[in-house]
Amino acid sequence: MLNISGIHEGFVLDHIQAGMSLQIYHDLKLDKLDCSVAIIKNAKSNKMGKKDIIKVECPIEALDLDILGFIDHNITVNVIKGDKIVEKKILSLPKQVKNVIKCKNPRCVTSIEQELDQIFLLTDGEKEVYRCKYCEEKYTNPNRRKIKVG
Amino acid sequence: MRHLMSPLDFSVGELDQLLDLAQDIEKNPQKYAHACDGKKLATCFYEPSTRTRLSFEAAMLNLGGSVLGFSSADSSSAAKGESISDTIRVISCYADICAMRHPKEGAALVASQKSLIPVINAGDGGHQHPTQTLTDLMTIRSLKGRLGNITIGLCGDLKFGRTVHSLINALIRYENVKFVLISPEELRIPDYIREDVLVANHIEFEEVERLEDAMSQLDVLYMTRVQRERFFNEEDYIRLKDYYILTKDKMKLAKEDMLVLHPLPRVNEISVEVDDDPRAAYFKQAQYGVYVRMALILTLLNITV
Repeated sequence: MLNISGIHEGFVLDHIQAGMSLQIYHDLKLDKLDCSVAIIKNAKSNKMGKKDIIKVECPIEALDLDILGFIDHNITVNVIKGDKIVEKKILSLPKQVKNVIKCKNPRCVTSIEQELDQIFLLTDGEKEVYRCKYCEEKYTNPNRRKIKVG
Repeated sequence: MRHLMSPLDFSVGELDQLLDLAQDIEKNPQKYAHACDGKKLATCFYEPSTRTRLSFEAAMLNLGGSVLGFSSADSSSAAKGESISDTIRVISCYADICAMRHPKEGAALVASQKSLIPVINAGDGGHQHPTQTLTDLMTIRSLKGRLGNITIGLCGDLKFGRTVHSLINALIRYENVKFVLISPEELRIPDYIREDVLVANHIEFEEVERLEDAMSQLDVLYMTRVQRERFFNEEDYIRLKDYYILTKDKMKLAKEDMLVLHPLPRVNEISVEVDDDPRAAYFKQAQYGVYVRMALILTLLNITV
């Protein structure tokens, strides 16, 4: 049994799809934070069989959870303050994601215009479809989960 | 300040007003001959276009205004590597309104985000071409007397044909419009039109391959050119370019009052023998394009006569 100590202030990201924790580590830019980060891979889970967990000891305003909602809104976010869970955040699909994914359409203006933000807008919440703001090229999250984790 | 990126930027009510204005311009051109005295239109065309650019220029000249601009990327600072954002900031200092055509999709939207003057999307790659749509709507409304209760056949390159995408987006807002989408398998409409526009809005449509199968039910036939510049592969273009040719014989299958529209230029897809048929409306369409662009310039510049 692996033991990782609790955190005083920060986040525990639970119910991450097994194997996804490193991508989330990069997408949340956790490598840029000067704080303790624990990545637990393939932890046992009654609901999911296997899951990943990330614990981050940091001020709670330091993380952009919109990106997390885009990656997988079924992830459970526990906000820790004073060694206790003070909030369980419910993630939702952000209406817009900026500079997280790139438009793959070679005819899109984002392929030539310097310093232009890569912006995708949520056009179908049910099917989790995002489209490039500029050319409307479709992006469907390859990590989209079929089963919602309670 | 308003821009025009897509036909959907105008509500149905605003569109009606614009088309009413265009019709008034058609009837009373003299009334508008000095409406834009002292105003300048910049035509920023990063890819070749004869009729759209000249139509914009004719529109501004008819209103008493002046025009300046460039007609290819080679003759603009884009050749030196200038961004669209920088170009439009500079153009904003020279002109009162800008019409922009660019091969990249979303280019006019990028320009509008930094512009100090109204930007009109005059075509952005295979994406949108809203002023062609305004032209098409005016042609149908003027010659049919209505925009609802029609069956319209869209024929040819429905994949890269931006005029088709824009027209579908505009027409679904009217009652009882049915689409017959006539194209080879490789050039069918993209999924963002089929799923998000037609299916999502419960619009009646069918997809067929043979033009002959669709003709008899159509009130309007909208022909398009297979566009060489949209293909990465020359072989594919050569195989598909003559897939549909509208001939006198095929016109015999159509209703007596069916309209034939084409955004022009045509290559082979409408035989010249069809030009004399009273149902051929594509040259009138080009004339309507000038009136509607005049109405658009006046609307975006907030000029009332």
